[in-house]
Amino acid sequence: MIVLVVILIYLALLLGLGLFSGKQSRGTSKDYFVASHSIGPFLLLMSVFGTTMTAFALVGSTGKAFERGIGVYGLMASISGLVHVICFFAIGIRLWSYGMKHGFVTQIQFFRSRFESNGIGYLLFPILVGLVIPYLLIGVIGAGKTILPVTAGAFPDLFPHAVWNGGIPPWLSGLGICLIVLAYVFAGGSRGAAWANTFQTIVFMIMGVVAFTLIVKALGGAEQASKVPITVNEKGLLVQNYGIVEQKDGSSKVERLATPLIRGKIRNADPSLAGYQPHLGRKVLEMDYKAKAPVTGELVDKSRELGVPPWMFLTYLFIPLSVGMFPHLFQHWLTARSANTFKLTLIAHPICILVVWVPCVLIGAWATGLIPPGVPPAAVLSKMMAELVDNQVLTGLLTAGVLAAIMSSLDSQFLCLGTMFTNDIVLHKVGQDRFTDKQTIWIARGFIMVIVALTYVLSLWAANKNVFDLAIWCFSGFAMLTPLVFAALYWKRVTTAGAYASIIVGTLAWLVFFILAGGSEYTVGPGIMPVTFCVLASTVALIAVSLATKPPSEETLNKFFGR
Amino acid sequence: MKKLITGIAIAMLILHQDFWLWDNTNLVFGFMPVGLFYHACFSIAVAILAVFAIKFAWPNELVDWATTKDEGTDVQSKMKDNQYNIR
Repeated sequence: MIVLVVILIYLALLLGLGLFSGKQSRGTSKDYFVASHSIGPFLLLMSVFGTTMTAFALVGSTGKAFERGIGVYGLMASISGLVHVICFFAIGIRLWSYGMKHGFVTQIQFFRSRFESNGIGYLLFPILVGLVIPYLLIGVIGAGKTILPVTAGAFPDLFPHAVWNGGIPPWLSGLGICLIVLAYVFAGGSRGAAWANTFQTIVFMIMGVVAFTLIVKALGGAEQASKVPITVNEKGLLVQNYGIVEQKDGSSKVERLATPLIRGKIRNADPSLAGYQPHLGRKVLEMDYKAKAPVTGELVDKSRELGVPPWMFLTYLFIPLSVGMFPHLFQHWLTARSANTFKLTLIAHPICILVVWVPCVLIGAWATGLIPPGVPPAAVLSKMMAELVDNQVLTGLLTAGVLAAIMSSLDSQFLCLGTMFTNDIVLHKVGQDRFTDKQTIWIARGFIMVIVALTYVLSLWAANKNVFDLAIWCFSGFAMLTPLVFAALYWKRVTTAGAYASIIVGTLAWLVFFILAGGSEYTVGPGIMPVTFCVLASTVALIAVSLATKPPSEETLNKFFGR
Repeated sequence: MKKLITGIAIAMLILHQDFWLWDNTNLVFGFMPVGLFYHACFSIAVAILAVFAIKFAWPNELVDWATTKDEGTDVQSKMKDNQYNIR
């Protein structure tokens, strides 16, 4: 119950901050949508980092490291640091210059102008919304999965549950999170979102480090913790040599077990694997284990790939290209106060990734030696916190940190979709003088409410999806569109038809793979990520059709390349 | 200098594929798996690369172009040209 109270206090504080920022608003649509271009270097860093690191960073990275081991850091985090910096430098600064020179605010405005086509906006808008929704889902689902285990026991009569009896069910926590984010985005607009983002990003970074420190302490120090991960024995069995043992005074302690627990078996194991800790390396192994079915509680056979296939590691580098087309980042680039605003983000972004991801990946790897392999990946961080950090207030604060990471992603996305809908669809169609300034803000708010409601309903339907896998599909979709923005910025010969072809072919390729995979993890052949084929398909279509069609007008070329 | 920075960025994309550490579970400082340590150092190297890129490859010409006012065209009319409807 104390955990729940701490979480509620945090949410109330956040709501207060959002409402307060609303009071600072100048009341104009410009202030509501782009905070009157007043976002400085620190707010930009916090906003960019906070929105790119959602449940995916804290909950997803820990869960994925629990499944595959420490290779997850290289797979997603270190490569993201490099590719993001390249994109910020190569795309972000150039887009800022066009935003400054020509007054663009949304990416659809930019593409309409660059490709001399209104239709491209109508084609891109539903695709962008469709790709943002999985990203929003990650947050809402992640919040539900985080709150359930840490509130277990709070309301046993009200919320019976087979595993976490009495915990707040995901449908209720998801609803609460959606309403709070909606409230402060509703009241504060982009200024409210930027302030809340900054506050929440600071909270989740600090709480991530605190969680790590407390878990290390509970494990008996970092050196001791590294001995804990699950180990292969001489018979090829996966054994846990350590366990969380309850002490006489009611507290719990991590101790070496007299009889190791057998948790699974390596398929086709050879004797050389004896003593190997699969989660501390990247060797690809197949593990068979048993897990409880969520509804019946019956033990069922399962299998899982450990480690990271080299082809998967190589082709994951396409996924962080997604930052080039995220609508909220695009908007930040177009509307930043000055080019110098980017400098702090360029330097600090990879370091922020390091600070958040390394502890989470280590916790995920260590968790393999303490909790059963059948625990849902998204619940690993909460379970480690609940079982090792025997302090309700701290567990509540750490959970608030996870929620902060989640909500700091939701707010910017909601707002950005509202901005695009109002400006690129409604006002673009009916004319800018059709509505008053207040009515314009209400159109955006109305669309945001629709998106929040849709996200919430979809989160109930996709409640058991792996948040990491959903994020990868979302990122893959945006990555597939990134060749378009590169071409728009650097290739004079790219044409309207080429742009259409790239969007349509890339989207179709993405849809085919998404349907084949059912939204879960999916690789082709030796571990090649589908994003590779999507990016290649959209690039080939872009180049081939552009070369076969009429070049853009001199006027457009002068507008964008006439320096 | 811009070419050198680009070259380093490409070299880092290649160095990211640390196949030589794939099966290695040795620990650095007694707790950090070497595969994770390598990539943590990689993240720091990216931040250092960003410092050099800002110092030696910053697109000053582009920034000057963007911040130079065009004669006879104010920002409001440019915004209107782009269907920028936010007032």
